[in-house]
Amino acid sequence: MKKTITLEVNGVAETAEVEVGQTLLRFLRDGLDLTGTKEGCNEGECGSCMVLLDGRPVNSCLVLAVEADGRTVTTVEGLSKEGVLHPLQKAFLSQAAVQCGFCTPGMVVSAAALLRENPTPTEDDVRKALAGNLCRCTGYKQIVDAVRDAAAAMRSAAEAGSDAGKAAEREEVPA
Amino acid sequence: MPVDLDYLAPSDVEDAVALRASRPSAAFLLGGTDLLPQMRSGRRSPETLIDLKRIAELHEIRENADGGLSIGAAVPLADVETHPLVLARYPLLAECAKTVGAWPLRQRATLAGNVCNASPAADTAVALLALDAVVNVASTTGRLAMAISELFLGPGQTALMPGDLVTDVVLPGSAAGVRGSYQRLSRRKGMDLATVGVLVGKRDGARPSWRVALAAVAPTPLRVRAAEELLEAKGAAAAREAAELAVAACRPITDQRGSAEYRREMVGVLVRRGVESLG
Ligand code: FES
Ligand code: FES
Repeated sequence: MKKTITLEVNGVAETAEVEVGQTLLRFLRDGLDLTGTKEGCNEGECGSCMVLLDGRPVNSCLVLAVEADGRTVTTVEGLSKEGVLHPLQKAFLSQAAVQCGFCTPGMVVSAAALLRENPTPTEDDVRKALAGNLCRCTGYKQIVDAVRDAAAAMRSAAEAGSDAGKAAEREEVPA
Repeated sequence: MPVDLDYLAPSDVEDAVALRASRPSAAFLLGGTDLLPQMRSGRRSPETLIDLKRIAELHEIRENADGGLSIGAAVPLADVETHPLVLARYPLLAECAKTVGAWPLRQRATLAGNVCNASPAADTAVALLALDAVVNVASTTGRLAMAISELFLGPGQTALMPGDLVTDVVLPGSAAGVRGSYQRLSRRKGMDLATVGVLVGKRDGARPSWRVALAAVAPTPLRVRAAEELLEAKGAAAAREAAELAVAACRPITDQRGSAEYRREMVGVLVRRGVESLG
C-alpha cells in the first residue's frame, strides 16, 4: 500500500508517495538519490545507514519512510555547506580515518550527533557513541582521534566566532 | 515486506485499541528495532502496522503521588537513561537501559517494547523486575495494571493478550533509592545481547531491602527472592550463600554466546561481587 509523506531532508521540503514497507534508508537512496547513506546489514547492526531524525541519530534501515512523515532528516550530504566540508569530514581526511569508506558516512553522522550533545567528548564518550558503527578496515583508532580533533576544531572556531562577535559588538558601540 | 502492508498512526490510545481490534492481523509499532527485523526475516507478518508514536500521552515521563514514576510506552530508552528523576530515584534502571544495543538504537527502542518482546536477555526487564514495576495495559475491555513479575512466561511470551496495548511502565515510590550494580558479560561491549546479566541492589533503611535479578540465564528474566531474603536476614556477609541460591535458581542454556556451565558459574561470581560491593 502507498502513502504520501511530507518531510524535510537536508533543509529541503520533500513530498513523495512511498510503499509502507519501504525503509527511510531505501527512500533516501532510491527516492531522493542521496546515496551517501549506505546499506550494510539492513537490520540495525552496522550503523552504515545512520541519519539524524529530528536531530537524533537513528539507523535508517530500522525506520519506515512513513514514520518520517512530518519530520526532519539530515543525511551526510546535509553536513557539508556549499561545498565546504564539515569539521568532522576534514578531520576524517587528515587523520586518514577512511580506508574503503563504506562505514564513513555513518560514522560521521553518529559523531555529528555526539558533538551536538557533548562538545568536549573523552575518548570513552566517543567510543560509546560510535559503538553502533562497525568498521572492518581501520581499527577505529584514527576514527576516534578524528572525532576528538574535530571537536577541538569546532570549539576553537566557536571561541573565535564569539570573540569576533564581541569585537563586532564593541565596534557598534558609539564612541 | 508484503506489498499490501498498511500503516495507521492514530493519535489516541482508544483509537489505537479499536483499530487493532478491527484488524486481527495488525501489530503495534513502537521503535521498530525488533519488529522490523522480525518482519524482514518472516518471523512476523502483520498486515497492518499501528504506529503508537503519534500518541502524545505515550511520550510522557510523569511523577506519581507516591514518589514513583510512570514512563510512557513511546519514550525512547535514550531519554529514560538520561532523565534526571530516573537517575535520582532509579539509577539501576538507567544503568540497565544504557546497556541495550548502542546509542542510536536507543533513540528508537523503548522500555515498553523491550518488555513486550520478552527476551530472556532483556536488560531493562531485570531492572523492572527488581524494582517491582507495574505495566498499565489498555484493551477494548478497559484499562488494567499488571505486575511485571506476572508478565513474562517464556522466550518471546508474555501474559498480554493479542490487542493489549502497554501504555506505560510504572515504578513504585517504594522502590526509589535502590542502588547497586548491573554486571553484564557480552562478547563485545556494544550491540550484543547479554551472555549473563546480574543486578544486585540494596535500599538502605532501618531494615535494608535487597534485590537480586538475573538476565539471560533462564527462559525469562529472573528475580531470586530466596537470595534477597537471605541477605535481608544476614546482610552482605552472606554474599557466598546468596550467590549459591542464585546459581540454584537459574536454568541457563548453552548457545553461541556461552555454555550453560559458564553462565551458571558467572552467576555465582557476579552475584557475590555485587553483594560484596554493597557490604
Ligand atoms: S544497514 Fe542499518 S544498521 Fe546496518
Ligand atoms: S573504512 Fe572500510 S569499513 Fe570503515
